[in-house]
Amino acid sequence: MRNKAFGAFLLLMGFLAVSQPLAAHHGAAGYDMDKQLVMKATVTDWLWANPHCFLTYDTTDDKGNVVRWAVEVSNPVDMTKRGWTKHSLNAGDQVTVTVRPAKNGAPIGQLLRVVLPNGQTLIGWNPAVR
Amino acid sequence: MLRIHLKLIVEVAIVLAFSLGAGAQTAPPKRPDATKTNRAAPAPRRDLSGIWDVVDRMEGISPTGVKSHAPFTAEGANIANNVYKPGDGPRRVPIGLANDPLDGCDPAGFPRNLLFELRPFQVVQTTNQLLLLYQYQKVWRAIWTDGRQIPKDADPQWYGYSTGKWEDDYTFVAETVGMDERTWLDNAGDPHSSDMRVEERYHRLDHDTMELTVKIVDPKIYTEPWLGRDKLRLKLMPSNTSTMEMICAPSEAEQYKKMMANPLSK
Repeated sequence: MRNKAFGAFLLLMGFLAVSQPLAAHHGAAGYDMDKQLVMKATVTDWLWANPHCFLTYDTTDDKGNVVRWAVEVSNPVDMTKRGWTKHSLNAGDQVTVTVRPAKNGAPIGQLLRVVLPNGQTLIGWNPAVR
Repeated sequence: MLRIHLKLIVEVAIVLAFSLGAGAQTAPPKRPDATKTNRAAPAPRRDLSGIWDVVDRMEGISPTGVKSHAPFTAEGANIANNVYKPGDGPRRVPIGLANDPLDGCDPAGFPRNLLFELRPFQVVQTTNQLLLLYQYQKVWRAIWTDGRQIPKDADPQWYGYSTGKWEDDYTFVAETVGMDERTWLDNAGDPHSSDMRVEERYHRLDHDTMELTVKIVDPKIYTEPWLGRDKLRLKLMPSNTSTMEMICAPSEAEQYKKMMANPLSK
């Protein structure tokens, strides 16, 4: 399932001038709490680091364009409690991600859950689960 | 013949008996199980040594700031509403507009490290100090217990200057002054002045349980004293508890910014 508004963000990218660094202690002010995108993804990088671990991946939009996304979860201490490790994701993995996207349409977001190649589901961003 | 066999049996039995006794004497002494605590044991007096953790993780983290605070003075309201741009709490701003000093890996400071991201910490007591070693940002504080007076004009420090004493056998009270005003009180951008005084109260309920209360006194910013923590429950962890590092490294913060901001420039 792919949200049809997904492709609109590509147009917006050219007009975006956001160069401010992303805050490490932000709440969900920049994310669209009412939207979830499900994407088939090929992992390009999984960074296990403070302040937040994050995943980058390639996905194909409705027009066949490959788009690079970057989505975040929590810090390694919290992610370890949820069953993640630094080896949970590897470049080349074919996964399915559920993402809460940024309000401004940029290909960034919060990773809510991921289905791994072996079928296992890992819960990502969930401030209520520590 | 039978007498010889009986004699042999008795002699062997005697040798075996001595062997077992000797073995018992050289067996290693029993050590306390480091994987467990002992709630039923009496709480040690004037001793908070050990690794403590919050009972409620989300309450320890407090991402949206303190539960409540005293009303701001005019100066406090100006800083809170016009100067600080927090990433969370009632005055949060969109990503990219926040100016939280933590974002650039400035120290969280005291008492923010008790009011935000309070995670496991270890207490070590020496003859003249009570040391607190915190997982979050891997910092430590020293509370002087040698009876010295709190300084009247302390130099500003990220974690302040602290003295403390036992109010009774199970209650340790510390006072802190000299906190650098660049630090925020919590993750919601609640401010404080350099004149703030903070009282910590650690009250041990039993062997495995403690309550933490933090009182903020800052007439420049708040109209009256208030509690940043009110009997926050802490539990004693097994002595072999190992905690992961949580350090804000500027290089990692920069990497995070670049990797999350890069898709916007393509």
